[in-house]
Amino acid sequence: MLDFKSIGKVGTVPDNNVSTIDKDTTLDTKVAIRNLYKIFGSNPSAMVDRVEKGMSKKDLLEKHGHVLALTDVNIDIPPRRIQVIMGLSGSGKSTLIRHVNRLIEPTTGEIVVDGQNVLEMNQNELREFRRHRASMVFQRFALLPHHTVADNVAYGLTIQHIPKNEALESSHRWIDRVGLAGYENHYPDQLSGGMQQRVGLARALATDAEILLMDEAFSALDPLIRTDMQDILLGLQDELHKTILFITHDLDEALRIGDNIAILRDGAIVQKGTPQEIILNPADEYVSDFIKDINRGRVVEVGSVMDDTKPESGPTIDRFVVVDDALQVLSKAGTKKAIVTENEKPVGSVGLDALIAAVAKPKVGTARSGTYR
Amino acid sequence: MEWLDEFPTLGRQDLRDLKKAIDLSFREFSRAYGDGIETFFDPLLYFLVWLEKLLINTPWPIIIFVVAVLAWIGARSWIVVGGTIACFLVIGYFGMWEDTMATLAIISVATLLCIAVGIPLGILMSRSSRAQAIVTPVLDVMQTIPSFVYLIPIIMLLGIGKVPGLLAVCIYAMPPIVRLTNLGIRLVDKEVLEAAEAFGASDRQKLFGVQIPLALPNIFAGVNQTIMMALAMVVIASMIGVPGLGRPVLRAINNQYLALGLMNGLAIVALAIIFDRVSQKFGARLQKHRESGHGA
Repeated sequence: MLDFKSIGKVGTVPDNNVSTIDKDTTLDTKVAIRNLYKIFGSNPSAMVDRVEKGMSKKDLLEKHGHVLALTDVNIDIPPRRIQVIMGLSGSGKSTLIRHVNRLIEPTTGEIVVDGQNVLEMNQNELREFRRHRASMVFQRFALLPHHTVADNVAYGLTIQHIPKNEALESSHRWIDRVGLAGYENHYPDQLSGGMQQRVGLARALATDAEILLMDEAFSALDPLIRTDMQDILLGLQDELHKTILFITHDLDEALRIGDNIAILRDGAIVQKGTPQEIILNPADEYVSDFIKDINRGRVVEVGSVMDDTKPESGPTIDRFVVVDDALQVLSKAGTKKAIVTENEKPVGSVGLDALIAAVAKPKVGTARSGTYR
Repeated sequence: MEWLDEFPTLGRQDLRDLKKAIDLSFREFSRAYGDGIETFFDPLLYFLVWLEKLLINTPWPIIIFVVAVLAWIGARSWIVVGGTIACFLVIGYFGMWEDTMATLAIISVATLLCIAVGIPLGILMSRSSRAQAIVTPVLDVMQTIPSFVYLIPIIMLLGIGKVPGLLAVCIYAMPPIVRLTNLGIRLVDKEVLEAAEAFGASDRQKLFGVQIPLALPNIFAGVNQTIMMALAMVVIASMIGVPGLGRPVLRAINNQYLALGLMNGLAIVALAIIFDRVSQKFGARLQKHRESGHGA
């Protein structure tokens, strides 16, 4: 077996010093998606007007034979963060991510990266953009079957005409980083799915692009392997601080790795926010139906359920610790109240009952009764 | 109601005039340009004659050694190499050595010509649906029209000889390699191609780095088919003056020599089997990466 644990941080083990990304860096925008529409059909641009005036996806298909894939999508993606786009199949999320590096041309809209509109680039500029500034990881790996692991990881570099030995040197370094040392000369077909996707990840990282586009990158993997891959990604992100656009249909995955989440439904954004904001204030019934089965204790942080009384003594818990871990601390200490701190300074307190209430499943106005996973 | 009983035809006189006009104009065309076209194909003729002489004049043990080495390089199998040596020894023992060498020469040149023209044509077809729409019916005609029919204009243009024979073989043998090159490139996994594009590969890098390497098994199947079809044309080509194993077969047909026909026919079969096994094993080895078996 490979040594997964040494690579990623382990998110499930309770730890009082659970590190969280500092939340107070300036949040300017790395990638901005503005008023993006995508309509498939014989004359899409003629249909934009109708859609802007509110024609529904169904009407557009039935009356005009055009498929509405994306409707007025606006997302500002801050640098060095993981932006998750979540949606069920058919919601247009894979279409959306392909607009960022223009594998798909939009019908109208803007994609602004570092202040530059990607859609105005000519073929050469676009190629340079894809080579140096945005790399991609694919759902079904999309490795070159006739190249070895080492050559696959070096692919983005050889495309740039970087000398072979230099490219391979960097390739070996990245293979090492994703825990595949020793597999350099294997062919992709000789590897398991999880290992193939490590190759895919290493290939994307090898170009040193600041933006990483991940299209359902872990969706084709077994649940356990998926968790491993999430750990690897989070571990790498702690050091590399890429701007990551991550597509998934799996809410657990979205909540686990996303700094920000946008929920896509039928090609339109229904809610944007941090995992906590979405869990605590779902925008509509669609979203609340989505999150009703989620393990809230792993997402909701102590800071959002504390009160501002400051007791004299008791165990201390950082405000960004999640409720599950806080409960562990309280039960270990054998008390019912803990001091909540921020940067080691007390800012309030939290009681056992408040923590339990935060974990409890809220009533959702739908008939379907879900069970906890 | 005469038109119901009698099919409305052009009329005998008109039809005759039409045919005559076509014949005359083609004859004039061949008179005017025949020499020019012949000169155009001269390099091909020199190459073919050179190769044929080389094969015939080289002492037989050397030829068998070279053939065995080529078979080993292609197939990496002692069975194939042993079978090849045995076949050539038997062919020589039964007095068919020279004819076999002549056939080898024309098959080699025809195959090289088909590859040189067919693969670029297939690539063009795979990149443009319009090119595909134009070339496909032409390939259909090339494959289905009876060979004797296109022998007529070829003979009118170039007379009887090696070059017209070579062209006849190529017309018949080229379609598979064009088709399979086109098909192979079109079948390349769209996701892999998309990945290449996402990493900023140029059209050239996509073609030579991804599409052609991944289409190689199909392209190779095309080469294999082209060789087989070229061998099938050996007898017909010998009708218009191509030397080789086809000539004794023709003689056997005319004189009802069963043994002569059978022996030379079997020699063609032996060549076909050798070519087929060697090229198929070589094609399979190009697929080394397909060997499955998970690590760890």
